[in-house]
Amino acid sequence: MSTITSPTSGLAGPANPTPPRARDKESISLAGKRKARQARGLVMPALFFSIALTQIPFLVTIYFSFLDWNQLRPNEIKFTGLSNYVTVFTGSEFFSSLVATVTITGSAVILSLLFGLLFAVLLDRKFFGQGVVRTLMITPFLIMPAAAALIWKWSMLDANVGMVNVGLKLIGLPPVAWNTDFPALTIIILLTWQYTPFMMLILLAGLQSQSREVLEAASVDGAGPWRTFQWMTLPHLRQYIEIAVLLGGIMLLQVFDPIAIMTKGTGGTKTLSYLLYERAFIGLDIGQAAAFGVVTVIITIVVATIALRTLFRVFMEGGTR
Amino acid sequence: MRKLRGSLITVATWVIALLFFFPVAWMVFTSFKTENAAAAIPPTIFTPLSFDQYAAVFDRGMASYLLNSLMASVGSTLIVLLLAIPGAYALSVRPIKRIQDVLFFFISTRFLPAAASIIPVFFILKTLGALDNINAMILLYAAMNLPIAIWMMRSFFSEVPTEIIEAAQIDGANLRTEMTRVVLPILLPGIAAVALICFIFSWNEYFLATLLTTFDARTTPPFLASFVDGRGQFLAVLSAASTLAVMPVVVAGWLAQKQLVRGLAMGAVK
Repeated sequence: MSTITSPTSGLAGPANPTPPRARDKESISLAGKRKARQARGLVMPALFFSIALTQIPFLVTIYFSFLDWNQLRPNEIKFTGLSNYVTVFTGSEFFSSLVATVTITGSAVILSLLFGLLFAVLLDRKFFGQGVVRTLMITPFLIMPAAAALIWKWSMLDANVGMVNVGLKLIGLPPVAWNTDFPALTIIILLTWQYTPFMMLILLAGLQSQSREVLEAASVDGAGPWRTFQWMTLPHLRQYIEIAVLLGGIMLLQVFDPIAIMTKGTGGTKTLSYLLYERAFIGLDIGQAAAFGVVTVIITIVVATIALRTLFRVFMEGGTR
Repeated sequence: MRKLRGSLITVATWVIALLFFFPVAWMVFTSFKTENAAAAIPPTIFTPLSFDQYAAVFDRGMASYLLNSLMASVGSTLIVLLLAIPGAYALSVRPIKRIQDVLFFFISTRFLPAAASIIPVFFILKTLGALDNINAMILLYAAMNLPIAIWMMRSFFSEVPTEIIEAAQIDGANLRTEMTRVVLPILLPGIAAVALICFIFSWNEYFLATLLTTFDARTTPPFLASFVDGRGQFLAVLSAASTLAVMPVVVAGWLAQKQLVRGLAMGAVK
């Protein structure tokens, strides 16, 4: 299977073939104006759809967050100002949840990045069965997260019948009660397993976009493989690492499925998205859940803005087409 | 010496890949066992294989959940393509002001966690009587995937040579012929990639499905958890259900690895 083998420039260039400014000036002409109108007409449906289904509900969430509204007392909805936010920031739950989110997301990002880098380096050479190995390695990312969580919890990490403990016994180690003693670790293991292929694919694309001649020249000049990697490959990979970490981090920040399925938020795994779910759909406290939601969004926006800046910078530097 | 080290690395790579893949292989293997064999310790390797678990899975009505997943994924993917293709076209080939702002907006909606909108969406659907409704899921999944689709499509559009479009315009082709005769054929592989990514994300989605559906519109991911119960053994039947559930996406992903990479990196990596 031929996949990411094309040693292209690696990064897609900016979309518009001529600089936007020049085009804006052109569009002063009548035909240009008609074209601009046509273009707006083409974007509008998508824009409208997106606003209606994502932005408006978010505005409603903000409104809900100012209400004292518990589903148990559906007739006593009243405006409470900022009191839901006071509860969020004075209660201990929010901060322990923030810690859980950072711990789980952070560990999973770092571990999957390291494994992804290792796998990418191993795959970036010609060997017998290369295509098959890559196919095997990307599979965990394709597995439905709900199925992956169930299989890992019951088939792999179960204290009695789990294959991990069978493996430990083979090498003479005592069994571990993963699910009861180390719930946070089980989530991190699962997420690392699922996201390593994602990191690997992006980093592999980076490795394969390196210029072979430069690497060969380095080797002729007597640089060992480790020094070449450290001084030439890693700097080249930097922007690929950034993309991988940012996109992976944003996906992991929102992760919900394995927590709902494997731990139900116990043992330091109550991330922000799970806490919100619990407040709204188990605790039935809509106002407070909405406040948790708004705070979660603000945190995500901070992270995402940094991510988007980087992404844009990469896009703009990337191509000169 | 150099050759030896090379083959050692190859062997190590294979071992790591097989270990990494093991949970998937074990899931498929377990799905063909009996419950007793699946729960045996030490694990049974040589055991008569059967399709009983697959029969049991369909007895529990998995077909209708798979069908719901299929409808939600295909339906939302079609809507996404319908909106994203013209949108991305306008954002990349046609002159439009503030391209960056619009793009920034689209991608920021993708980064907005589902937490931002789930509560109002729940109440709106409840008021409209549209909870547990597959059409509602189709629309929500379309909204979820639209930003990625626009970004990906835009990156594919940027590869269409400008000369071709300009030539078409000089020939007097109007917008529709320009799109259907000139641009679309060049874009087909890109469209396939976008469709694949949207299909994968919808097929695997769990959060919205578990909160907004109960029975009629229930999709496969939340259904899987119902195989875990306190009464007796479930490893083999769970494995069979999971194998069926993951199969379409795994096969599609295997066949389209190259498109997958680009899609996942939102077009940032070719």
